[in-house]
Amino acid sequence: MLTKRIIPCLDIKDGRTVKGVQFENIRDAGDPVELAKWYARQGADELVFLDITATNEGRKTFAELVRDIARHIDIPFTVGGGISSVADVEVLLQNGADKVSVNSSAIKNPQLVAELARYFGSQCVTVAIDTKYKEATGWKVYTRAGTIETEHQTVDWAKQVVDLGAGEILLTSMNNDGTKAGFALDITSEVAHAVTVPVIASGGAGSMAHFADAFLKANADAALAASLFHFRELAIPDLKQYLKQQGVAVRI
Amino acid sequence: MNLVIVDYKAGNVQSVQFALERLGVQATLSADAETIKAADKVIFPGVGQAASAMTQLKARNLDKLLPTLEQPFFGVCLGMQLLCQHSEEGNTDLLNIIPLPVKHFETDLKVPHMGWNQLENLQTPLFEGLQEQEYVYYVHSYYVPVSAYTIAQTSYPEPFSAALQYKNFYAAQFHPEKSGAAGSQILKNFLAL
Repeated sequence: MLTKRIIPCLDIKDGRTVKGVQFENIRDAGDPVELAKWYARQGADELVFLDITATNEGRKTFAELVRDIARHIDIPFTVGGGISSVADVEVLLQNGADKVSVNSSAIKNPQLVAELARYFGSQCVTVAIDTKYKEATGWKVYTRAGTIETEHQTVDWAKQVVDLGAGEILLTSMNNDGTKAGFALDITSEVAHAVTVPVIASGGAGSMAHFADAFLKANADAALAASLFHFRELAIPDLKQYLKQQGVAVRI
Repeated sequence: MNLVIVDYKAGNVQSVQFALERLGVQATLSADAETIKAADKVIFPGVGQAASAMTQLKARNLDKLLPTLEQPFFGVCLGMQLLCQHSEEGNTDLLNIIPLPVKHFETDLKVPHMGWNQLENLQTPLFEGLQEQEYVYYVHSYYVPVSAYTIAQTSYPEPFSAALQYKNFYAAQFHPEKSGAAGSQILKNFLAL
């Protein structure tokens, strides 16, 4: 049976992991390759690397890092951050990334999604959507690291990018992100039912039960978390055992 | 061993090369007919779209060459589908080495079929040392039905061909280069053929 995926997300700046990751048994927790290998051994199903570097110099470092990651890990990984053209994606895929994730650049130019799908196939195009709920507007799509509200309703935008050729949606609820109060089950469920492609739930994971809810109640295909894993508040082997007991199909 | 990865600009060639490196094997990337013909073994990766991949193969005359090869040959993902007869993807005629159709998933489940799924009914040396129900990584929207050439199957929700064998042509729909220890074992088994 196809299993639900558990995905740790690593933020990268100038080729190094950020957020002061705490790990034992790792020589250099700032080294994304060491961390990636560790997560692969722990049973992570995929990894996401988000480049938060602002400079062009740093971007070059990121492409080299992608190559280094591909050389050393044997599970799939997605890379995102600052991707705005076919040429950007070509460099990352050639260096061994399996998928790329686009966010603000898809809002700015939705045709980019269609172009990427045409050049590289939908299977490697993930569209990341940052969503935020307000009483007055409902769940709206935000851009530029969540600073600017767009005119898009979240479900409509998800359907639109899938029609354009997105092969996967990475849905982050800004209301939930960092709260550890659980994923946004309502909007995750709405999007998961509205589109035909897999949906990754993101933002708000704080306990094992939250993951079970994302899969069993919101019908997410994968769930992503960062600090929860990085700070070892939750170990992936324990999480997967728990999910299995709850009746979620996982790879153990 | 002289191992060649067919490089026709439609594959995640790099990932396959790195996976082989992790096994201590250096592979040559090439689209050159003589180099490919002289190889002890050939790996044929592929991601992307069937019609554009066929265009790339034809541009390099590889559509004529590949069906004539006699050494152990391993098609991966789209590289497996291209060995078949015809794909619903872009209504494309393929290399026609294995007389099978490639169809689009028609299901209520999510498409692409993306993530880790299980292998069943394992046959032949390619799966030596692997257990039934082993997990491997998939990402694809088209599939080859189960046939006489199927040497492993996976269900989504109906069984489809996870791997094929016809004469010297082996093929896998999943990505052994991204399938952890199980994937490495499968690559090792191919190298040992």
